[in-house]
Amino acid sequence: MALLEVKNLGIVFGGLHAVEGFNLTLEKGSLYGLIGPNGAGKTTIFNLLTGVYKPTSGTFTLDGVKLAGKNPVEISKAGIARTFQNIRLFKNLSVLDNVKLGLHNQMKYSTAEGILRLPRFFSTEKKMNEKAMELLKVFDLENEATTLADNLPYGKQRKLEIARALATNPKLLLLDEPAAGMNPSETQELMDTIRFVRDEFDMTILLIEHDMKLVSGICEEVTVLNFGQELAQGKTSDVLNNPEVIKAYLGD
Amino acid sequence: MEFLSAIIAGISLGSIYALIALGYTMVYGIAKMLNFAHGDVIMVGAFMMFIALTKMGLHPILCIIFGTVICTILGVVIEKLAYKPLRKATSLAVLITAIGVSYFLQNSAQLIFGAGSKTFTSLFGSGNISLFDGQIIISHNTIVTICVSVIIMIGLTLFINKTKTGRAMLAVSEDKGAAQLMGINVNKTISITFAIGSALAAIAGALLCSSYPILSPTTGAMPGIKAFTAAVLGGIGSIPGAMIGGILLGVIENISKVYISTQLSDAIVFGILIIILLVKPTGILGKKMNEKV
Repeated sequence: MALLEVKNLGIVFGGLHAVEGFNLTLEKGSLYGLIGPNGAGKTTIFNLLTGVYKPTSGTFTLDGVKLAGKNPVEISKAGIARTFQNIRLFKNLSVLDNVKLGLHNQMKYSTAEGILRLPRFFSTEKKMNEKAMELLKVFDLENEATTLADNLPYGKQRKLEIARALATNPKLLLLDEPAAGMNPSETQELMDTIRFVRDEFDMTILLIEHDMKLVSGICEEVTVLNFGQELAQGKTSDVLNNPEVIKAYLGD
Repeated sequence: MEFLSAIIAGISLGSIYALIALGYTMVYGIAKMLNFAHGDVIMVGAFMMFIALTKMGLHPILCIIFGTVICTILGVVIEKLAYKPLRKATSLAVLITAIGVSYFLQNSAQLIFGAGSKTFTSLFGSGNISLFDGQIIISHNTIVTICVSVIIMIGLTLFINKTKTGRAMLAVSEDKGAAQLMGINVNKTISITFAIGSALAAIAGALLCSSYPILSPTTGAMPGIKAFTAAVLGGIGSIPGAMIGGILLGVIENISKVYISTQLSDAIVFGILIIILLVKPTGILGKKMNEKV
């Protein structure tokens, strides 16, 4: 069975069909691209898949569990995590605390135990610290653990956002324009990181990207969106050479 | 020596303001609203303790616990009934609702307890300690107030910065949407914030009425407004800011009472609010507002 199955997903904002009839099947371990001109509805699809928006039509399932209509907290628990186009780290918290927030639901102790500092508070916090440091090491951020997220250089903030998303222990990772604002060498490093995450964490990744070098470099398959509808879908190299797709990007 | 006494009394008054200001600032940081009913929670707490002491004859410690529990529940209920339905409303609607809740609490108290003021018996005894051959006299209330406030502030700082719930509160105050996608329950976090803020208000009520033993349905209004001023002075949304702002305001108020004029002290306090708003609207520790160009 496919990990993610999206069927006929759509949302209408006051008469505007922002996304219409979107279908997608993602097998476990795939690295899939979602591309299209600005305003095509790519981020809207991410917002639908993470419960930020409720779909007005269609449905989607993760591992056979229906998630359409659920709220972001439920969807996060079910195993979908994401990063943002404009980085949304908790800027005034440390790098370590950002990742620990990703672990929020996996490690439990009650508020009362936290106030009274009972043994479970200390043991759980210690476990959280260890787990978070492990993740930071993977992304080469362990030396910046106590730095405020806001003070990290841009490329590292992107990495930290991925680390934080992975901390929620997702089955599916959504990356919204991970290469935005990066120079070619940073983009190259990012491609390696994304591949590494897929292999190391056995992760399924769906990403939105404008950088075609990144898309053709790492995505096995892509869907092209235009005006909220699917324009083309298939193997990356085929789709990128499709005249319809070129027309949508460059005009007539 | 007179100066030192004035400072100590000011720190004591200021610690009470700080405890109340913490409630304002935490709620503002997380729910982005000014809870003007916060001051009246102090009054409710003090009345509960008054009843527990005079009608039920409980031990002072039990009175404080009783009042604190009632206020904690009250804070959560107010949030659920009055503010939660307005989560997506304009801030003006929420502000007016908060003022409405404030009047509701004051008038309910007037209906139940009568409009007249009652004499509150100190929960901490009435003794004094004299230092330097009686040149400085410090009451037990002052000592208890300062000690309790310091313990609470340290505890709260540890709680916010070191525990899961505290971290979730910080995350929600920065970015609700991103916090939700981490699986953090925003509504629950807001409830916890109101619970903590109201519990602090109740304790502040016990300290306030033990030092200034007059209790009436409007007892909470003035300290509430002054604590709000303190929160703005320190930088609204900032927890250390509320502590510093509260203590600073208490010291300023007390020194102006001793050296300038008792009648003018309130004018001086609110004059400070006006000056901060003009000179540094974000307060002492407030974050800069980044304006997008």
